[in-house]
This record gives sequence, structure tokens and C-alpha cells, in this order.
Amino acid sequence: MKWNRLRGAELNFNPFDNLLCILLGISFTVWFTLLLVFIIVPAIFGVSFGIRQLYMKTLLKIFEWATHRIERGAKDNNHLLYKPYSNGDGSNRDLDHASEFEMSDIFYFCRQGVESIMDDEVTKRFSAEELESWNLLTRSNYNFQHISLRLTVLWGLGVVIRYGFLLPLRVTLAFTGVGLLVVLTSIIGFLPNGRMKNFLSEQVHLMCYRICVRALTAIITYHDSENKPKNGGICVANHTSPIDVIILASDGCYAMVGQIHGGLMGVIQKSMVKACPHIWFERSEVKDRHLVAKRLSDHVEDKTKLPILIFPEGTCINNTSVMMFKKGSFEIGSTVYPVAIKYDPRFGDAFWNSSQFGMVNYLLRMMSSWAIVCSVWYLPPMTREEGEDAVQFANRVKAAIARQGGLVDLLWDGGLKRGKVKDTFKEEQQKLYSKMLTNLGSLR
Amino acid sequence: MGSTNSTLSRIPNVEELMQETGFTPAHIVRLYDRFEALDKEKTGHLRPQDFGAINRLAMNPIGDRIIGSFFSTGQETVDFHSFVRILAHFRPADKNRPKDPSMPQPVNSRTSKLKFAFQLYDQDKDGKISRAELLQVLRSMLEMQVTEEQLESIADRTIQEADLDKDDAISFEEFRKSLEKVNIDHKMSIRFLR
Repeated sequence: MKWNRLRGAELNFNPFDNLLCILLGISFTVWFTLLLVFIIVPAIFGVSFGIRQLYMKTLLKIFEWATHRIERGAKDNNHLLYKPYSNGDGSNRDLDHASEFEMSDIFYFCRQGVESIMDDEVTKRFSAEELESWNLLTRSNYNFQHISLRLTVLWGLGVVIRYGFLLPLRVTLAFTGVGLLVVLTSIIGFLPNGRMKNFLSEQVHLMCYRICVRALTAIITYHDSENKPKNGGICVANHTSPIDVIILASDGCYAMVGQIHGGLMGVIQKSMVKACPHIWFERSEVKDRHLVAKRLSDHVEDKTKLPILIFPEGTCINNTSVMMFKKGSFEIGSTVYPVAIKYDPRFGDAFWNSSQFGMVNYLLRMMSSWAIVCSVWYLPPMTREEGEDAVQFANRVKAAIARQGGLVDLLWDGGLKRGKVKDTFKEEQQKLYSKMLTNLGSLR
Repeated sequence: MGSTNSTLSRIPNVEELMQETGFTPAHIVRLYDRFEALDKEKTGHLRPQDFGAINRLAMNPIGDRIIGSFFSTGQETVDFHSFVRILAHFRPADKNRPKDPSMPQPVNSRTSKLKFAFQLYDQDKDGKISRAELLQVLRSMLEMQVTEEQLESIADRTIQEADLDKDDAISFEEFRKSLEKVNIDHKMSIRFLR
């Protein structure tokens, strides 16, 4: 008797279960179709719908509104909320109407100087950059207090969207991208060496990196693509975050250099090298500078191999590896293609403070920001000149990169001579100022 | 907030410092962090080389003069209090301050800012900007971009316009007068975010 009643109860639940399953099934299918059509297929072909650009513009408008609200709120409450006057690039707003030298012109340089004493690009680099506008991430604004209900609601909405919708989407994409990379490169590894293999491997690498770029919602603008690195050269770029690799590799094919890691990274590395030659070092080999240099120069001499991608500031967490590559890449004597990467901090802070966050934590932060907006400049190739040693050459390349990206040129290590770089920049300041003084023209 | 208080307690005479300069506790803490970052050898004092390590300052045409203004004559180091006092010149002026002539001018008043700028020109501290001193500043700001003759004619013209008592030098009063239409507070103030 009891048994019969139980069976009866069971039968009542079944139709609802079915309905639930059907609904879930449908939503998953819709989800994956959308994903496929709007994100993965364009990634395969390298096309873009312009969705991300639209997204960026909308976000900017919202941020502007949020900033105004904070400022208004701060004034109302008499809070001290100050902003720095200068732009990072030292634009001459104050001297715009200078046409003759005036005693007060000294104020401009004076204030710039004292500003740099109070807060330098260096310290800014090592703490989350303070923004003049608030991008709805509390981690980048220390002034956030409860100003208005509307603002808090907007922030809350932002949190829900970022963690509830964007983050799962991006994580799915990331896994797809990485998974495809491993699987496809392993398959290609079975093909015989030749043009077909190279072509396929290039396509696969590009496709997977593009998916990863979308996984981070990175909106990248490439400038001067005619200077893109060619085979047999070395591509040198400044290094802000581990994402730099993905950003560069989604626009061109490079041979990567690095130490073999264990775990997931190791799996990726091993499968990548099956499809096309990358340069991976064992831990023990990294300390041998001559071995490193030899392998790099062998690779570079073979013109069928892809250009090497190096970050002289180092991608490895292991600091000794950084020292190895610093001079090494400039001693090899092939053409160097400098690349400058500059991130726009308004959308999310890409800097990785490795002493504060681990890699996984960092990636999660990246994926829960609004977007990563950056610009990439391909600079004209440089070669080492007569009578220039590796260190001076390295400095020259570094200065070119810094100047292009509007980055403050920080010397690689304190032992190098400052002379050349400092004078060039001071001269530029003087040049800019002299152009302001239009009455000089009449005196010439 | 807890970390602000603990940093503040490490600074001796911080109450006095805040009174004198008008900085808030948050500002003092921030400047202290900056001071410690510049003081690489942790001596508690800064020397000219520590300032020289700031790249943007090194490429400033008058960078050396600015560094010099932190060190009063004969001194070779600057401690945190002096550091903050000099930087206090760049605080925006308090708009609601009652104009009481018997009280000493606060360090971020218009007059104090002008005095700071004046001493950037007047390196020998004789109270006047001589023609030679003016030429030196012009040279730092323009160097290779102009000829010596152009520099001299700019200097001549400037002195002609500002020098009222015709002693071929610009005193502090003449300096102040020539800048009476300039919004000093705007040009010589730095604002903090945080």
C-alpha cells in the first residue's frame, strides 16, 4: 500500500522535471549559439562586428556621469576631492596662450616639477592607478563613499553584470580558446613539415589568440602595421601584464621564448611547440647565458622561422631569467622590431602587482573588469650601430618605445648611464616651450 | 583608516605639521609614503641625489632649481618636516581665510607662492633678480632652441617692462606687481586625488 502511494507521488513530479530540463536545454543551446555566432566565428576569420567599440563608447558615457555625480556629491558634503592638473604626457594647457615670454612662465615648469616630486609615474605604477574619472570599480577609487542612492545602485548593477554575466561568459571563452589551442596544435603536429603545416599552424594560433582576446574583452587598436615584425627578426615590447602576449600574438605570429612550466602552462607549451618551433628552456638551461644566446641566434638565422617575441623586462616570475634576456636579445645582432603597448586605465587596471596577487587571482580580476582597452604601436625596425654596445642599443630601443607609448622612460637598471636619454627629453621640453614663444619668429 | 592612524603615529610632531601646513591627515600619510619611497637608503633624510632619481624632474628644464629650493643654504639633507613645508606652498589657497594682517601669512597664500617662485629666479638670494639671473633661467628653459642674442633681447624687454625703479634688476615688489593680473593660485597649486 505504502509503496503504491510513493509511486503515485513520483509520477506527479515528472512533468515538471521534464519542463525544467527542456527549458535548461533550450537556454544552453541559445547561449552557445549566440556565443558561436557573435564571438567564435568572427574570431576564426578575424572579422569584427564592432560590438566592442559600441560597448566602449557606452561605458565611457556612463563613467562620465558617475564622475560628475561624485564630484557634485563631494562638493555638497564639503569633502576634499582634488584632481591633478597635469596629464601624464605633460600637455601644455597652461601655455596655450603664451606668445611672449613672461615671468610667470616659470610657474608651469615649477608646478610640473613639484608634481613629479609629489607623485611619480613610478609610484603610480606600483599601486592601482588613480583615475580622474571613476569607472565603477571600487578597487580603483579610494574616494568612494555613499554619495547618492542612484550611484550606489548603478555600482551594484555593475557588479551584477560583471560577475554574473560577463565573468562566466569570459571564463567559458577562455577555456574554449585554450582548449582549442592545445587540441588543434597537437593535431597539426602530426602533419609533415612544410608550407601547409606552417600555414595551418599560423591560422590556428591566430584563431585561438583571438578567442582569448575576446575572452578578456580586449579592445585593441593597432597602429603602423606596416612595421610588423618579419621572419628572422626579434620583436621587443614593453611589459605591463601577462596579457601582453595575447595582445600581440592575436595580430601576428611569433615564436615565443620562455621557461617550461609545469601544470596547465606546460601542457600548452608542449602542444604549441609541436605545430611550430617555439623556444622553451628547461629551468637548468636558463642560467646558461651562452646557451640561451646560441639558441636565439640559431632561430633568428633560419629565415623560415617566425620572429621571436621578447619582453626585455621579463615575463618569467623567476627574476634571474629577466637578467638573462635583458642584454642577450640585443647582443644577437639581428633586426629589432620595437613595439609599444599602452593600456587605457579608464576601463580596468591591467597592471599585475605580482607581490599582491597570484596569477589566477589576477586573471579573475581582469575578467571581471569592464574591458581592457589598449593601443599597440609597431615602431620602425632598428639595428645596432657601429660602436654601439648592446647596453646602449637596448637603451635606444627602450627610449623609442617609451616615447611612442607616452610612457615614462624608466631605466632598466640603475647602473646604466643616464646621459643620452635625459638630454633628449629635456631638449624636447625646451623645443615645445620655444615654439610657444611666437615673438621669436620676428626676432629671427 | 587604521593604516592612516598607524602611519601618522610614526611621524613626530605631526599635529604641529598639520597646523602649520594645513594638510589633512590623509595628505600627510600620502606624502610620507612618497618620502619613504624617495628615501631609498632609509636614512630618514633626502639628499639632492634622491630627487635627481625622479626621471620627470630630471628632464624638467628648471629641475635643478626646484631641487635646490628644498635645501636651505648650507643644508645638505632635508627631513620630512621641511619636505612637507615646501610642498605646502602648492596647496590651493584657502578661500575662506579671514584676511587678518596681524597673523603671519599661511604658507600657501598668494604672497608665499610668489616668494617661492621669486627664489627660483633669485639664486644668490640678494632680494633682486638681476639681468644675469634672468638670462640664466631663460637659458635653462630654451637652451639650444634660440640664439644668445634672442635670449638677451627677451631679457632686456622683460626687465624694461617690470623694472620700475630703473636699477636694472627686479625686486620682489616689482615681481609681484608685474604678476598682479595672473591667477597665481591656479598656476601654482597642485591638487590631490584621495
